[in-house]
Amino acid sequence: MRSLVTLLFLGGLGFLLTVIAGILPFGDPPMLVGNTIQQTAADELGAANFVTAVVLGYRGLDTLGELSILFAAATAGGLILGASRARPGHAAGFILQTGADLLFPLLLIVGLFIVMHGHVTPGGGFQGGVILAAAFFLPLLARPEETLDHTWLTVIEGLSGTAFIVIGLVALSENKAFLTPLFDKGTLGEIVSGGSLPLLYLAVGLKVGSELASLLARLASDDEAAS
Amino acid sequence: MNESIGVVFLVGAIGLSLLGIAGIVLSNHLFRMVLALAIAEAGANLLLILAGYRWDAVPPIVDAAYAGQPMVDPVPQAMVLTAIVIGVGVQALALSLVIRIRHRYGTLDMRQARHRMQQDIDRAAGVSPPRSAEGPVGERPLPAPAAIADSGGRHD
Repeated sequence: MRSLVTLLFLGGLGFLLTVIAGILPFGDPPMLVGNTIQQTAADELGAANFVTAVVLGYRGLDTLGELSILFAAATAGGLILGASRARPGHAAGFILQTGADLLFPLLLIVGLFIVMHGHVTPGGGFQGGVILAAAFFLPLLARPEETLDHTWLTVIEGLSGTAFIVIGLVALSENKAFLTPLFDKGTLGEIVSGGSLPLLYLAVGLKVGSELASLLARLASDDEAAS
Repeated sequence: MNESIGVVFLVGAIGLSLLGIAGIVLSNHLFRMVLALAIAEAGANLLLILAGYRWDAVPPIVDAAYAGQPMVDPVPQAMVLTAIVIGVGVQALALSLVIRIRHRYGTLDMRQARHRMQQDIDRAAGVSPPRSAEGPVGERPLPAPAAIADSGGRHD
């Protein structure tokens, strides 16, 4: 019975989506917001990457809400799993240990590069933050007896979250809207451009990185304890 | 040619979302439900990205090499960027719940876990397990042993 109802629902949903997709002209989006942003974003925000301009400039408040969702998920995960413990396990093999040692500095550099170039190239705080989290998680896989220092991770996470809000509040004190980009816009395509967007993305990158690193460490340690 | 590629993309995106939802509802294995959630998310994200696609367009990044060419819509891409990160957070939360259930009840099968959870709740509340709606309400008086023997003999 349940599967029948499910199949009916799925058929209806598929029909609805197909009809909507059939009405819309593929490859010729009718939305006007995107066109306007493409024409004005370079002058208004000074960010070469328009996705960054949308995420941090036009929809900065939504990004703050999204960061708080991630924060809630990470906090709830920590609450459910508890603090990560040192895992009395067998050490990883030679390849994983050497690879982790070699990759750790490279991953750090790549992650920071992607975070800092989020406004001129593809990438940004979210993507770079995930790479940073992977950089700190890899040594944990290679050496099961080590743990991450969750106090420091929490401090970094809290400070970067506060920095994001403070940058928004500074704009508010200058009689502009919350999270309006500050500072000089600079030359389009340079690293020092886009006003306060790189600073915002740095805060986002550190926050996402520390949250994901602590979540991964907790998941890994709890999984090890179960087996 | 172009039209058929668009149809393939759209069918793929819609099919992924439908497959994911079907997996969430029809599966009884908790880990497979989490995986199905990830698949449904991928389908929804792909659908959003396709909504902003434009033929012969370049990525929405200012580059001197592509000056003057049309760009794809940056708004759906920004939405998908945040949706992916939220999806990762939700999946991590779901996985941590699954790990807890596995610790506590020793199974990942949803029906078994639900049954054992119900037993736990009943034991903690001090009530007997619920009966089925069609079952007898009270104790049914057993027939006397003689009557059983009597009826058994008659049927033979």
